[in-house]
Amino acid sequence: METILFYILSALIVIFSIASVSSRKILRAVTYLLFVLIAISGIYFLVDYSFLGAVQLTVYGGGVIVLIIFSVLLVHHIELELEVTPLKKKIIAGLISATGLGITLWAIYTFPFTNATTYKSIEVADIGRKLLGYGDGGFILPFEVISVLLLAVIIGAIVIAKGKKLNE
Amino acid sequence: MNIPLNITKTIHDWLFSIMPEGVATVTEWVIVAAAYLALFAVVGLYLVLLERKVAAWFQLRLGPNRVGPWGIFQTMADALKLVSKELTSNTKIDKFLYNLAPYFVILSSLIAIGVFPFSRQFQALDINIGIFFLFAISSIGVIGILLAGWSSNNKFSMIGAMRSGLQTISYELSVGLSMLTMVLLTGSLQLSEIIEVQRTGGWLIIQGHIPAIIAFMIFMIAGTAETNRAPFDLVEAESELGAGFHTEYSGMKFAYFFLAEFINMFIIASIAVVLFFGGWLSPFGITDDITWFPESIWFVIKVLGIIFLMMWFRWTFPRLRVDQLLTLEWKYLLPINLVNLVLMAIIIWLNWTI
Repeated sequence: METILFYILSALIVIFSIASVSSRKILRAVTYLLFVLIAISGIYFLVDYSFLGAVQLTVYGGGVIVLIIFSVLLVHHIELELEVTPLKKKIIAGLISATGLGITLWAIYTFPFTNATTYKSIEVADIGRKLLGYGDGGFILPFEVISVLLLAVIIGAIVIAKGKKLNE
Repeated sequence: MNIPLNITKTIHDWLFSIMPEGVATVTEWVIVAAAYLALFAVVGLYLVLLERKVAAWFQLRLGPNRVGPWGIFQTMADALKLVSKELTSNTKIDKFLYNLAPYFVILSSLIAIGVFPFSRQFQALDINIGIFFLFAISSIGVIGILLAGWSSNNKFSMIGAMRSGLQTISYELSVGLSMLTMVLLTGSLQLSEIIEVQRTGGWLIIQGHIPAIIAFMIFMIAGTAETNRAPFDLVEAESELGAGFHTEYSGMKFAYFFLAEFINMFIIASIAVVLFFGGWLSPFGITDDITWFPESIWFVIKVLGIIFLMMWFRWTFPRLRVDQLLTLEWKYLLPINLVNLVLMAIIIWLNWTI
């Protein structure tokens, strides 16, 4: 059963990735991208890592995609179509993607995978302890660095978006 | 993948005794799906009827009273009418997205409904991140509204969709933070465990007293905004935008949006019941010892109470303007929520819970 579901999800990811880059209507491309992201979160749920699956849904489905759709809504009319990319660019993009795929496949097939003997479902509490842990294998430093970075980004966004007051 | 389908143990055992394991699992999935679809339809239709009855009561009218006794078959007749209606569409729309959009909205609420524990046994999917999963799923629904508004190629739909995006992105923060405040008390995201915590310590709104009550008020305000209901119904403000994002939809596709709104109300009420009012637990444990007592009755009573509160909001408050909506969220609810989160943490740290 899990194998069947895995192949269905993988087929969805491949089909919609191709559809996403080949569609000439921008919002359709975004929707196909959304399907890809949802299918990836489906794979996380399949391997019983539901926390990452839900994060994938919230951050990419509910956050990134909604923001992309929002900006498309603001600037793009429904009858506009994207122009066809020139052949040269297509070839370059194809070569880069093929290289990326080759490297990934090479890495997967040469890595000596072993079957897991002990299996434990990961609880949110474990993730929380690791994130705030300063002992062995704790992630408190990257966690804090990312928090400061995000704060800087938010303040920067506000400063840029606010602009000058009208009466100045 | 581990899906504990513990709706009733007996059906499960019986199915596995007469069929091979694989077939029995699939049959069980189909039965669960059918049961939830039926629940979905019944809840949707009867909430519409309840809304009309409550509205009539608030306005000193009678409400639907012709089809069946007290009009109880009115919404069923409406649903049949909607099914038989023609699905019209414009020529200059994006056909694919136009047809896809209602399914986003209806599917996200259908998935969310599977997580709730309606009673000790009646829960389809008890994952260990329950609350977070609900949050994740509910963030998908808004995409349907945005797509519907854009693909209709109609400026009123478009404005409705834009307002919806604005509103949902803002108020999701408050919903999430007020749920987080309560999760601090339980120490678990799993819905069944959240209810177990309340069995011994009393309902969470009593355990957490002051911060819990503040969290409940914020949750109700933000939850009403999440479902796009009045006083936050700028998305489909009838007097300004026609029908907002679903102006161009007809027949069953319109019904999907309409039903999803009521199901979302049910979902928000259910989250409130699980997080604040003890889920299916009886008040003071009066029916805890009676083993045959259907606990889901308590759940339904509490949910109906919260839903009545939301309908009360609808017929009491006038609609907000867009700038008022954003001011309410970003200048009032969010700061109060953050302070409340710290307050709750302090109360738990000093062990001041009841």
